[in-house]
Order: sequence, then C-alpha cells, then structure tokens
Amino acid sequence: MQNLDYIAAMLLFVIGLATMLFHSNLIKKIMGMNIMETAIFLLFIASGYVTDAKPPIALAPGEAAVNPLPQALILTGLVVSVSITAYALALVRDLYRHFGTLNATTIARRKGSFT
Amino acid sequence: MRPLILALILTLTAVCLVLVALEMPPLGNPSAPSQASPTTAYYNKQAVTDTGCLSHVAAIVCDYRAYDTLGETTVLFTAIAAILALKNSREGSAGE
Amino acid sequence: MNDLILKEVARFLFPFIELYGFYIVFHGHLSPGGGFAGGVVCGAGFILYTLAHGHKALYSLLPRHIWTFCESAGLAFFIFLGLVGIFVGREFLANSSAGFPLGRTGELFSSGLVFLLNLAIGLKVASTVTTLFLNLEEED
Repeated sequence: MQNLDYIAAMLLFVIGLATMLFHSNLIKKIMGMNIMETAIFLLFIASGYVTDAKPPIALAPGEAAVNPLPQALILTGLVVSVSITAYALALVRDLYRHFGTLNATTIARRKGSFT
Repeated sequence: MRPLILALILTLTAVCLVLVALEMPPLGNPSAPSQASPTTAYYNKQAVTDTGCLSHVAAIVCDYRAYDTLGETTVLFTAIAAILALKNSREGSAGE
Repeated sequence: MNDLILKEVARFLFPFIELYGFYIVFHGHLSPGGGFAGGVVCGAGFILYTLAHGHKALYSLLPRHIWTFCESAGLAFFIFLGLVGIFVGREFLANSSAGFPLGRTGELFSSGLVFLLNLAIGLKVASTVTTLFLNLEEED
C-alpha cells in the first residue's frame, strides 16, 4: 500500500467521470469536471513527494526537499481550472436563460426547435 | 440499460487506472524518475543563489518558468474577456 | 441580503482579510503563497463585502472602471516587466541578468523580478476573481 495517494487520485478521477456521465444536470457536470481536475492535481503533487523531506522553503545546504516542480506546474493548472469553471458557469447561465432548464437531455431535445 | 453499460465502463476504467497506480514507482522514493531528473537537482541547489527567493516554488513560477506564468495570466484574461463578451452580447440582443 | 450581524461582521473583517491578502502577496518570495493565493484572498474579501452590502456599496468603494483597469493593468505590467529584459539586451523576463537588484536573501524587498511579478499577478487575480463573481451573480 505504498501508492495509496496514486490510487486515491485514480479513484477520485473515476468518481468525477461518473458524476459527469450519470447526471444530466449541467451544474453537476461542472462539479464532476472539477473533481476530475482535483484528482489530476493530487496525482501530480503526490508524484513530487519525497519521504522525510522538508518543504522547499529556506533550506539549509544539503537538506532534502520535496520536488518543487510539480507544485509550480499545478499552480498553473489551478488557474486554468478556475477559468474553465467560470466560463462554463457563464455558458450554463445563458443556457438556463434561454431554455429555462438545466437538464442536458431536455436542452439537446429542444435544440432542434430553436436555431 | 444505459446506466448498466456506463457502470461497466467506469468499473473497467477504475480497474485499469488502479493497476497503473500499483505499477508506478513507490511514493516518496527519492530515486523515482520524476525526482532523479537533473532539473530538480539544479532547482534545489541553485534556486536561492540564482533568484534570491527563499521559496523554491516562487523561484520556479516567477523566474525560471515566468513564461508559463505569463501564459496562465493570459488564460485568466481570456476567460474574463469571454465572459464579458457573452454578457454584452446577451444585453445587446435583448435591447434590440 | 439584509442581516445586521452579517453586515457588521463583514464590515469589521473586510480590512483584515485585505491586509492578510496583501501580506501573502508581498511575502510571495519568502513564504508559501504568492500572487495567486494572495490575490484570491483579496478577491474573497471583496466578494464577502459584496455579499453583505450589495453591488452599489462595492462600486462606491471602487468604481467599475477601476476594476476593468486593474484587469488590464496586471497583465500589462507583467508584459512590461518582461520587456525590460529585452530593452537592456537580455532575454524576455530575465531577472538578475537584466539588472533587477536581487537584494539580500530573506529581506522583504529582495529578489528583483519575482517580487514585482508577484505584485502584478496579485493585482490581476484579485480583480479577476471579483469581476467573475460580479458578472456571474449580477441580477437584472
């Protein structure tokens, strides 16, 4: 059970995927997408972990530190995740204004009657 | 019928992913490929003298890979611009 | 929202939240955090203020055109700092080789470009988070 963090990340990813597939509510789909993003962040951060190492701040020379590179990359990923979520929410709000429902199936069915 | 197929596919995906996770190098091992790269060693050794930052993450984000950060700031700017454009287009069409 | 306790607590907490956000932004090169985390804290403070007092109070605090100006100013300041490196004959976003003083490690005003970039990112993120909230929440 050394790779517990990786397994947790993989299961979290599947949970997010299931949320996106099983729910037809668009807000819940966005939530599922966020869960999937969180799973990827967890996988990346866990891959930079070193046992018994310090956080990479103000190190004494020769001291072991965890890998700072995945943390810096995930900082980028967080911002992209926030942007995607905000834009998706804005689109969903417009869909709700137009169709009066958040159900993806209903919207897909009614889409033919609008252009 | 559809939920059943979906559940089957999801279970298969979960099994495959967990098998992959079990095959990965052990967590926290300093000789794993992601840790043993020369870039990481360079960052850990040189970050403070190169940039004067105590925090290595800040040194990477704002100095070594500042170009990445510029791209990410652009992503934020694009997102807000798109949202404002959506809002303005709706108000414009409602006013006509 | 018309809750007296929420309004008073928000009015009391607002300066401290902003102060903490500024602290995180300014110490980005010395401690965990940086422009993104500090900017989000600042933005959250403005969001709390808006939730308690409404849009009009926020816009009387800082008018709308200042928010849009901050959006663009953060990105423009970032690109300007990068161009300084080109103007002095070095690469884009060069730090000490472009002549930014590194100072003494561990002091607040040190590490040249990193400190300034954190300020730019903090300004950008704080205004973006607040504007996103205002645009998604605004009722008409």
